[in-house]
Amino acid sequence: MTENAIELKGICKYFGIVAANEDVSLTVRKGEILSLLGENGSGKTTLMNMLSGIYYPDSGQIFVDGKEVTIRSPKDAYALGIGMIHQHFKLIDLFTAAENIILGMDGKSPVINMKEVLEDISKLTDRYGFQLDLNKKVYDMSVSEKQTVEIVKMLYRGANLLILDEPTAVLTPQETDHLFEVLRKMREDGKAIIIITHKLHEVLAISDRVSILRKGRYIGTVDTKDATALSLTEMMVGEKVALNIDRPEPKHPKKCLEVKNLTCRNKYGVKALDSVSFTAMGGEILGIAGIAGSGQKELLETIAGLQDGEGSILFTDPDSGKEEELIGMDPLKIQKMGVSLAFVPEDRLGMGLVGDMGMPGNMMVRSYRSGHSALLEQKKPRELSEQIKNDLGVITPSIHYPVRRLSGGNVQKILVGREIANTPKLLMTAYAVRGLDINTSYSIYHLLNEQKEQGVAVIYVGEDLDVLLELSDRILVLCGGKISGIVDARTTTKEEVGLLMTKHGEEA
Amino acid sequence: MEANKHKEPFVRIVKRDRIPLWIALLIRLAAILLSLVVCALLIYLITHSNPIQVYRSMVDGAVGTGRRTWNTLRDTMILLAIALAITPAFKMRFWNIGAEGQILVGGIATAAVMRCCGDSLPTALLFLAMIAASLAAGLIWGLIPAVFKAHWNTNETLFTLMMNYIAIQLTAFFSIVWEAKKGSGTIGTINQKTQAGWISTSFLSDIFGNFNYSINLIIVLSITVAMFIYLKYTKHGYEIAVVGNSENTARYAGINVKRAIMRTVALSGAICGFTGFLLVSGSSHTISTSTAGGRGFTAIIVSWLAKFNPFVMILISFFLVFMGNGATQIASEFQLNESASEVIIGIILFFILGSEFFINFRLIFGKHGKEAR
Repeated sequence: MTENAIELKGICKYFGIVAANEDVSLTVRKGEILSLLGENGSGKTTLMNMLSGIYYPDSGQIFVDGKEVTIRSPKDAYALGIGMIHQHFKLIDLFTAAENIILGMDGKSPVINMKEVLEDISKLTDRYGFQLDLNKKVYDMSVSEKQTVEIVKMLYRGANLLILDEPTAVLTPQETDHLFEVLRKMREDGKAIIIITHKLHEVLAISDRVSILRKGRYIGTVDTKDATALSLTEMMVGEKVALNIDRPEPKHPKKCLEVKNLTCRNKYGVKALDSVSFTAMGGEILGIAGIAGSGQKELLETIAGLQDGEGSILFTDPDSGKEEELIGMDPLKIQKMGVSLAFVPEDRLGMGLVGDMGMPGNMMVRSYRSGHSALLEQKKPRELSEQIKNDLGVITPSIHYPVRRLSGGNVQKILVGREIANTPKLLMTAYAVRGLDINTSYSIYHLLNEQKEQGVAVIYVGEDLDVLLELSDRILVLCGGKISGIVDARTTTKEEVGLLMTKHGEEA
Repeated sequence: MEANKHKEPFVRIVKRDRIPLWIALLIRLAAILLSLVVCALLIYLITHSNPIQVYRSMVDGAVGTGRRTWNTLRDTMILLAIALAITPAFKMRFWNIGAEGQILVGGIATAAVMRCCGDSLPTALLFLAMIAASLAAGLIWGLIPAVFKAHWNTNETLFTLMMNYIAIQLTAFFSIVWEAKKGSGTIGTINQKTQAGWISTSFLSDIFGNFNYSINLIIVLSITVAMFIYLKYTKHGYEIAVVGNSENTARYAGINVKRAIMRTVALSGAICGFTGFLLVSGSSHTISTSTAGGRGFTAIIVSWLAKFNPFVMILISFFLVFMGNGATQIASEFQLNESASEVIIGIILFFILGSEFFINFRLIFGKHGKEAR
């Protein structure tokens, strides 16, 4: 018989005037995997945070095993057998897996019997098929191993309901498959699992039912066997959406950027990039794939002059054929040399934009130096702001409204709009659609394709392999700061790229 | 059904998204009124005098006579000048709490020029030398921590704080070197006979008549306008705002962050030094360790409460000085000691700063507390 592990009734949560959740009701049964699906900002994480005791609902009821409960803190959540695995892991680097797992628990005696603890945990890991070395320190672990520690930690604390917030965002396709196997075993064991994600094929692969949120409201729950990617997207977005990305054939690709033996060290002297060599062509989109932290950030920042590196970065102006060496330059020098390079960094408000300023102030980031006067030019940035607002459909009360307060999609439109406005020859984007809703994501892909057709060399660092495979012309795979392969995106497969992402490359 | 586990939190704190201006003003006004009520209660408990009487004497103490009004205005201008001085640094998120020291070294430099060149230089040159010396001294005092911050990322709060103590010791040292009477340990009035280097005797006062503090007024109000323009409309001002918001964005924009830090804090220090000149040449004609009198710290409150808007700072400086001078009057009129006025100012500040909490957050009582939209 199926019993409800958790039932939510009429949950509301407001942040200021924004309704993060409004009248949300859903149930999770024992021995079931429920996908919680919704676009960014639809209130999935907020809802789950109320189950794990981080937020407190403004109104509504929560039932665990049929009894109404109040969850005021993470401690209450533990006591009720609710465990949440967050996107950002909460582990102590210097401790081993086992130490992290028992951290903060009240044992029977004041002395820790490590042998007994290890036996207990091993029983648990064997039961569900986790691969985990309990004596390994967290700092030696891969992202997937850390995630395993988090899951085991929750099970060891007796969690009967596991909530996983975007667990596959940081995993390779192979690691994802393994995670899903483990989750299925837990389901057989009678655990209830909620998985938050916006990757549709994963929803279809793993879950029994799907609950959908849109703009903080509960839209409905469907059985996965009756759903398709298209039907789920429609529920999520509220309208019909076309789910394919254009990929025009490159026209007369010309060499634009040639990187040779680029090596770059982080502040501890460890190589973040290790003799990386590749060429980016004008009129082409070069995708860059890799597990988070494989050197993507360093690569783009070094080209943009924000980090020091050794080797050679040769920029060739596709029109004039003029060549410039970018190694050892800072952004100001690059700008003064007339190299038209645009960069949409990963940290939009922390690096590309000034959060407290309105749109004109943010346009000035690229242009405030123009003119000889000590005073700022006010008119042009204002005109550019109006233009971007209209062309890209930025939704803001006024162009002078601080960009920090705008939604992620609008922030990204402002940033991309500004960078494109300079008619760049080279456009680098890092995680350009992270956190954006589906419609905005597609308008960003469209903008990138437009730039490509105008002969711009586009470098697209992405995390969603499906998108990389559909959008790019070639894909460069980074692994541990080295290039583990450059493949033709039209012929390669997801599995091939996935393998390259974890291959600590001997050959390039 | 209601298990004993099922309890509601009594109160929850929720961040406000935005707040209409008039409500924010109302909250602040309420805070001031509330602080006055608490002060009245306190005064009544101690002196048993009529609180309204007490507040009347407070107003009387601040603006009761022409002279008191001018004193209040003069003090307002000094506090305003310091607040303006620290604003560029604070806007850049450089926590300069070294205004005290920067004022003192500016004052020492002014006093040194007055003593050494008071008799030899013509008035115009003497003033130029005094101003230049005070600017340079404050600039150096600000630049030292800025250089360390820019190049080695030292903590500027601790650094500027320690620079204050060095400046205080320096002042104490010169109080002995230059002491008026052997063993007195104070400098006494500089150039008492010639009044050389006093703003009140300078050729300027012929233009402005008896109320020579109006020179202060004009100078500081000019700085106010200049600072407003500098922060809002110049390229330097833009760089300050960008660096303060995000150093990475600043680097991305090609701003030389090190140079921006050093330039801005040097400017901040120089204006503090200039305030030292205003204090020594314009009002006290001497210097002691208490010349800055904690105003370097009060100015931080002024600058923050004004959200770095120079024109709002005029109002806030005036309010704080008005309260301060009024409280001093209460203390003397009702035979309370000096600390009583500090207690009163402390209570008022507590309420004003506390009201910022209610402007940024709101409280919800019980589970089904209605959401104010």
